[in-house]
Amino acid sequence: MSIAVLERNKEAKEKTLRTMMNKSAEAAKISVKYLNLFYGEKQALYEVSMDIEEKQVTALIGPSGCGKSTFLRTLNRMNDLIDGVKINGDIVIDDENIYASNDVLKLRTKVGMVFQKPNLFPMSIYDNVAYGPRAQGIKSKKELNRIVEESLRGAAIWDEVKDRLKASALGLSGGQQQRVCIARTIAMKPEVILMDEPTSALDPISTLKVEELIGKLKKDFTIVIVTHNMQQAARVSDKTAFFLNGEIVEYDVTDAIFSNPNDQRTEDYVTGRFG
Amino acid sequence: MRKVKDGILRGLLWFSAFVTVAVLLLIVGYIFYKGFRLISFDFIFGDYSPTGGGGIWPMIVTTLYTIAISLVIAAPIGILAAVYLQEYAKQGRLVKVIRFATESLTGIPSIIYGLFGAVFFVAVLKLGMSIIAASLTLAIIVLPVMIRTTEEALKTVPLSYREGSLALGATKLQTLFKVILPSAMPGILSGIILSMGRIIGESAAIFLTAGTVAAMPGSIFSSARTLTVHSYLVTQEAGDIELAAAVGIVLIVLIFGLNMLATFISKRLNKTDY
Repeated sequence: MSIAVLERNKEAKEKTLRTMMNKSAEAAKISVKYLNLFYGEKQALYEVSMDIEEKQVTALIGPSGCGKSTFLRTLNRMNDLIDGVKINGDIVIDDENIYASNDVLKLRTKVGMVFQKPNLFPMSIYDNVAYGPRAQGIKSKKELNRIVEESLRGAAIWDEVKDRLKASALGLSGGQQQRVCIARTIAMKPEVILMDEPTSALDPISTLKVEELIGKLKKDFTIVIVTHNMQQAARVSDKTAFFLNGEIVEYDVTDAIFSNPNDQRTEDYVTGRFG
Repeated sequence: MRKVKDGILRGLLWFSAFVTVAVLLLIVGYIFYKGFRLISFDFIFGDYSPTGGGGIWPMIVTTLYTIAISLVIAAPIGILAAVYLQEYAKQGRLVKVIRFATESLTGIPSIIYGLFGAVFFVAVLKLGMSIIAASLTLAIIVLPVMIRTTEEALKTVPLSYREGSLALGATKLQTLFKVILPSAMPGILSGIILSMGRIIGESAAIFLTAGTVAAMPGSIFSSARTLTVHSYLVTQEAGDIELAAAVGIVLIVLIFGLNMLATFISKRLNKTDY
């Protein structure tokens, strides 16, 4: 590719980006610009730019290894844990560049995360939900009781566990554990919740419950969800971004992605021709 | 044909298991048979008498002292070293060298450590032949065991616990003390049990650093004799197999009791966690 073509490509990209940003300039909760990520020498994300809107569900779809989980983990800097990860570009959440500030702890209380497999600690249900607030230094028993109840209610699991709060969290079913994980996350009162394939380890009924919960949570939280399951993306999300080989191929309102995609590759993926 | 092979293999497995248990029972049985006649209240709780007929209480006390002091020194250092290697250090060449060194140290015969202790702790640091010199030497002997077992225990803690904790805005130190160490506790305790066994079983290094004074130690700076050393000396000097076997019974019961105690503590710790 000649330099001139590269330049033109970049101009075109910037133009679409500008129009995209103008459209949603007011509502953007998270604004990502020209994000590149490297695992050592290997580049995993290429010039990723997207605006994520407040109190909406944004789904990230794409085949395995396309970079969607890697991208999700840049939003609360979980990739910092991996040796040899280099990042350039900007991620701005509420006018603050999260890679310019060193307060990772504050970022992670603001941007919570739910993982692929339920990862409750080997403690009681109560202690799991109270873990975050306690780590922040909340000691008052009354305050903790209130937060635990509120969070478990918020995650639609209170009625199932209220009589066994002191029992080991690992005795719950997988679906219940995942909802306690969500409760544990909202106990931090985050503004954004990242979900990394939260239902991939769950049975269909538990999956349905988590999806219903996501629909309720978006009233209070900005949700970014990575999913392998396209029906799930179609059911729960307002906007969808299609990732391929570390790039965003297409990012639009979910209906448009699934019924009227612009890019041939998006169409091939959502119709199940590959992936 | 496959059935025959299966039968042979099954037979071999059964035979190996049988031999292991049989040898163990034979040894324990022999020791009990040889020594049980000497076991009495006075033998266990009585003071030692050089003319014969005395008890072994001073040696039991010395043994317990040695175990306690060695563990108080080796356990925290070993656990913290393992935490550093496993959780904090950048996994590079230096860590590899340290791992290789700790593994090699496990294989060095204890008499070498004993010689080092006799030169360094007894002579250079002027601690003299004493319980403290022996305990310091023993602490060095069990340190690699502590580090290795703790590292293995930390490795079994799933990465997802660490991620979960950090994603909740906890610091690395909070994650370590609230999630990682409690989850690794059973493994760490088995390291402590292994170390206790090593300490109780040690004779050469103690012989060279604590001496053989067969009397109730006045303080940890006194020279004294542990049960194992006593057992060795009565066989060697007096040829009294019966007495040595009686000491052996006390040793076996002591190890058994300490292991039960450690398991009990581990269970209690887990209960408060869940």
